[in-house]
Amino acid sequence: MSTKTASARPAKRLGREERLAYGAIFPATLLLIALLFAPALAVAVVALTDWQLGATTLHFVGLENFKALFADPVFWTALKNTFLYVLIVVPGTVVLGLIVALLIEASPRLRGFYRAVHFLPVMSTMSAMAIVWGTMLHPTIGLVNRVLASIGIAGPNWLRDEQTALLTLAVIGIWQGFGFAMVLFVSGLKSIPQELYDAAAIDGADSIFERLRTVTLPMLGPVMMFVIVLTACRCFEVFDSVSVLTQGGPNYASEVLLHRLYTESFNYLRTGYGAALTVIYLTIIVCLTLGQTRIMERRVHYT
Amino acid sequence: MANIHLDTIAKGYGETAVLKGVSIDIRDGEFLTLIGPSGCGKSTLLRIIAGLETQDSGSIAVDGDIIDGKRPKERDVAMVFQSYALYPHYTIYDNIALPLRTRRLSNAQRFPLLGSLVPGRQTIEVGIRQEVGNVAEMLGISHLLDRKPGQLSGGQRQRVALGRAMVRHPKIFLMDEPLSNLDAKLRVQMRAEIVDLHRRLGVTFVYVTHDQAEAMTMSDRVAVMIGGDVLQIAPAEELYRNPDDIRVAEMIGSPKINVVARKHWRIGAPQFALPDSQIAFRPESATIAAPSGGMLEGNVAGIENLGADIFVKVELGDAGPMVVRRAPGERRLEIGESVSVITDAAHMLVFDAAGKRVRPVERIAA
Ligand SMILES: Nc1ncnc2c1ncn2[C@@H]1O[C@H](COP(=O)(O)OP(=O)(O)OP(=O)(O)O)[C@@H](O)[C@H]1O
Ligand SMILES: [Mg+2]
Repeated sequence: MSTKTASARPAKRLGREERLAYGAIFPATLLLIALLFAPALAVAVVALTDWQLGATTLHFVGLENFKALFADPVFWTALKNTFLYVLIVVPGTVVLGLIVALLIEASPRLRGFYRAVHFLPVMSTMSAMAIVWGTMLHPTIGLVNRVLASIGIAGPNWLRDEQTALLTLAVIGIWQGFGFAMVLFVSGLKSIPQELYDAAAIDGADSIFERLRTVTLPMLGPVMMFVIVLTACRCFEVFDSVSVLTQGGPNYASEVLLHRLYTESFNYLRTGYGAALTVIYLTIIVCLTLGQTRIMERRVHYT
Repeated sequence: MANIHLDTIAKGYGETAVLKGVSIDIRDGEFLTLIGPSGCGKSTLLRIIAGLETQDSGSIAVDGDIIDGKRPKERDVAMVFQSYALYPHYTIYDNIALPLRTRRLSNAQRFPLLGSLVPGRQTIEVGIRQEVGNVAEMLGISHLLDRKPGQLSGGQRQRVALGRAMVRHPKIFLMDEPLSNLDAKLRVQMRAEIVDLHRRLGVTFVYVTHDQAEAMTMSDRVAVMIGGDVLQIAPAEELYRNPDDIRVAEMIGSPKINVVARKHWRIGAPQFALPDSQIAFRPESATIAAPSGGMLEGNVAGIENLGADIFVKVELGDAGPMVVRRAPGERRLEIGESVSVITDAAHMLVFDAAGKRVRPVERIAA
């Protein structure tokens, strides 16, 4: 009885607070719905139709778009290429970013210089930089092949060769992303207490590899996780460099999901097909994000 | 077992000289405390002994062997840090075992995962397990071995840090303010444990602190450092009774020693005290007398009753405030009351204008 009367008033007040809370989150929720959920839902609906961009009529075709998609070898090539790209660029970015970060920490005087140089790729827009890369990689007058020729190596036509196109894009992806990874690693390295390195030196772990293994890498764990998550997300979204440099060619050797989606939807105006592709793409991204959140939550918190 | 000979160690960072030629002879098995105000170079000196920092000049010998060029792990020293510096990602067991593993296992045997397949590793690990177990037992942390440092209290982490230092039986123990992160009660307890540990291990301890209670209660001898110089090295009792420098006198003892310039003494100042000298005496070697009966005159400015002791603050006018200890039974004083202070020549310490101790000629001769 007494508990009931005691809880009655707070419950009423909570009700008012709740209304206030809902009121407060309303604008954000509205935006979230308008900008994220509604379009996603629309895409899912369009994926079930034969709608073409600009067309005035549409018919529901059920899962026909998905059937066509799964039967399309180009889709599977694009999917495979995207994963390959991720599998090259993520480790490449992490390793290169970490190495440069360690170098910067080791030579404090060069710090400012390094920072400017390596952070540059992140700041400049990819499409502009891609054009520069395109010139550099030109088979005959490009800088890369000229340098190779001067030491007696005949460089391939990097972006027009099935063997090298995706790999070249991956290298450009690493170049673009490692500066950011490096900056995160540098700040991670700074937060490692010197006393840990001192303790390691006294405990006998004083070679470069021992230090890395006993102190640096474990202490960088959380930052490392963050860098991997971010880089992986960015890699799944690879589009600009593909669009500017190879258009997915030659012979779909560098075709990736997002570029495929763009081509189908806006070049061939097969919007329904493109929407089905988008649904697949979103599914992958959502799975990735959920998986990452789970790992992030489970990771060790050092205190 | 080791004696350490520090010979005019100097160290500077850029323009600032941090150590200005420090020489100390630390005896075999001794517990030596370095005490001094913040920034006087205690940690720097300790890190130089450990090999974590290189001195600009001077040299260090352990048991007669110069160890200047040696790396920390070749010096057979162990160090306990203020923040304990435990590896947060290792279990307590692995933390304590690391110094043994780096020394006994080959690189191949220490390789992640595959290392356990390398022949010989199992036998060595069994030995390590035994020794870590012994150390954990001794420190009462056996039940914590599977935990990570983040799951331990400050006192427990402190014990783990001691365990990691002890496990390979080093000749020299270096400790940099190991108790300063603990609360007052635990600090007193750990103080006793460290002293006990020193007695049991019998090795040389160099202990850094800025807490004079730690210095006074734990050490065989105390080295007082100020501004990169060692002013005096002596047993705590000797530092208290017979300081060589006014800064030593002022650092040791609580409440602080009273210092009154020679010119304020109406009567009673020692004959050898020159006009520009300063005369110091401890609160417990003075008594309060009726006004104009004593050597110094003033008014009672404050009374602090600690139960067993009562500290009376007397304002001497130009000469500043000073403190006298009284027993509880004595007559009650009122704030503002005029009193005089008496002390006797045997308890007066005379320092010259530069702060150096001046002793009567006959005592030096004796
Ligand atoms: N790496 C460094 N670079 C520049 N100056 C330093 C460095 N390490 C120490 N110092 C300076 O040297 C002086 C002595 O430092 P040290 O750490 O030895 O003091 P400490 O006596 O241990 O003080 P505390 O009681 O605060 O720990 C300080 O003034 C400090 O600023
Ligand atoms: Mg210090």
